[in-house]
Amino acid sequence: MNYYESKDLGRFAEVGKFKPELMKKFFDYYNAAVGTEGALTKREKALIALAIAHFKPCPYCIDAYTTACLENGSNPDQMTEAIHVAAAMAAGIDLVHGVQMLNNLEKHGA
Amino acid sequence: MRDNALHLVIKNKYDFEDKLQTNNINLPPLSIETLQVNVTLKCNQACLHCHVDSSPKRTEQMNKETVDKCLEILKDNPQIKNLDLTGGAPELNPHFDYFVLEAKKLGKHIMVRHNLTVTIDGDPTTKESKMYLPKFYADNNVEVISSLPYYQEYFTDKQRGKGVFQKSIDSLKMLNEVGYGNGNGNLILDLVYNPVGAFLPASQQTLETDFKKELWEKYKLKFNRLYTITNMPIHRFKEQLERNGGYEEYMEKLVNAFNPAAAEGVMCRSLLSVSWDGKMFDCDFNQMLYLQIIFDKPMTVFDFDYDKLMNRKIIFDSHCFGCTAGAGSSCGGAISE
Repeated sequence: MNYYESKDLGRFAEVGKFKPELMKKFFDYYNAAVGTEGALTKREKALIALAIAHFKPCPYCIDAYTTACLENGSNPDQMTEAIHVAAAMAAGIDLVHGVQMLNNLEKHGA
Repeated sequence: MRDNALHLVIKNKYDFEDKLQTNNINLPPLSIETLQVNVTLKCNQACLHCHVDSSPKRTEQMNKETVDKCLEILKDNPQIKNLDLTGGAPELNPHFDYFVLEAKKLGKHIMVRHNLTVTIDGDPTTKESKMYLPKFYADNNVEVISSLPYYQEYFTDKQRGKGVFQKSIDSLKMLNEVGYGNGNGNLILDLVYNPVGAFLPASQQTLETDFKKELWEKYKLKFNRLYTITNMPIHRFKEQLERNGGYEEYMEKLVNAFNPAAAEGVMCRSLLSVSWDGKMFDCDFNQMLYLQIIFDKPMTVFDFDYDKLMNRKIIFDSHCFGCTAGAGSSCGGAISE
């Protein structure tokens, strides 16, 4: 048995076993934001979700949004570019903290 | 086979008729507008998803007597407006050209499920060239319906074999050159998309836009419509799912995506399917599962009876969830998009 079992994604709603009203608010918000066509298409939203799934490594989300991207018409090139955007952002977010390092180095006379 | 124990277990778990009852849906035949005839199981390709299990090794061919009987049915039943020829690669049947020419004389609309590559490859056993096909189709105003699983090489070759994408592009160019897909509505060229794996097709309209843009920009190719078709969980594709441990998950996906509107429009309500040996079925998938239409005995073209067939009970089974998932799936693409 693994810590993350892919079939457990199907049990997501069970998190509402206690305080169900909070889970309902979450699912209503989630479905409105992610699962509908809006100013962004569902295809675009699925690519963003796939990128986030990699940025905050979530095995459930990677499985779900790989499928969702394909079912909304994205191709592997587009999906791969999306996760490179996530990876580049992650690297940039790490590196931009180098400014804090420089600030401290200056305080130390460097 | 239909009666084995495993089949019954699957039927109970994914019970299509129960789903229809729960949704108060009754699906009697509406008409017989199309006679879909599978003239051969032989094919120059052996695709991963093929529900017919076709390949160059298959030898099953419709004989001339059965072709003539199909033509007689078309002649005697003006309600049947369309002849839809499929296979295998239907062009590999030795009576294929005769079938098309005679059906044309009867004034029928003729559709051919043309895999594109047979034009380039020819007959894999006799080595007979099939380069005449584009002109033959144009001369006889045949509607050409061709599988092109994706507008990129990677997915297409993965599903249909190495080199298939480039050959398909070359063959499409030949069809465009004789006037197919040019938009004036005379010579219709439709493409068929099916997912490369265990997922549902994207929106037909969206994918058609993508296909048209990519094929035009990269290859200067034109076509009329794109049909999206769901992979049926039978035969070769089912075996692939079972090997990957994904059969149950795929079936649950299909069941969860059941769409009552798609169910109302399933193709078996307006089509009859004939196998290479003349047996009759509600659709091509039932044909591959040996779910033959039965009255007093299993029906063949030699005891065709239009009125009797209009009063038949269509045979449904677990694979029918493939036709009713999401926007639905038929030989003419999405049903309820």
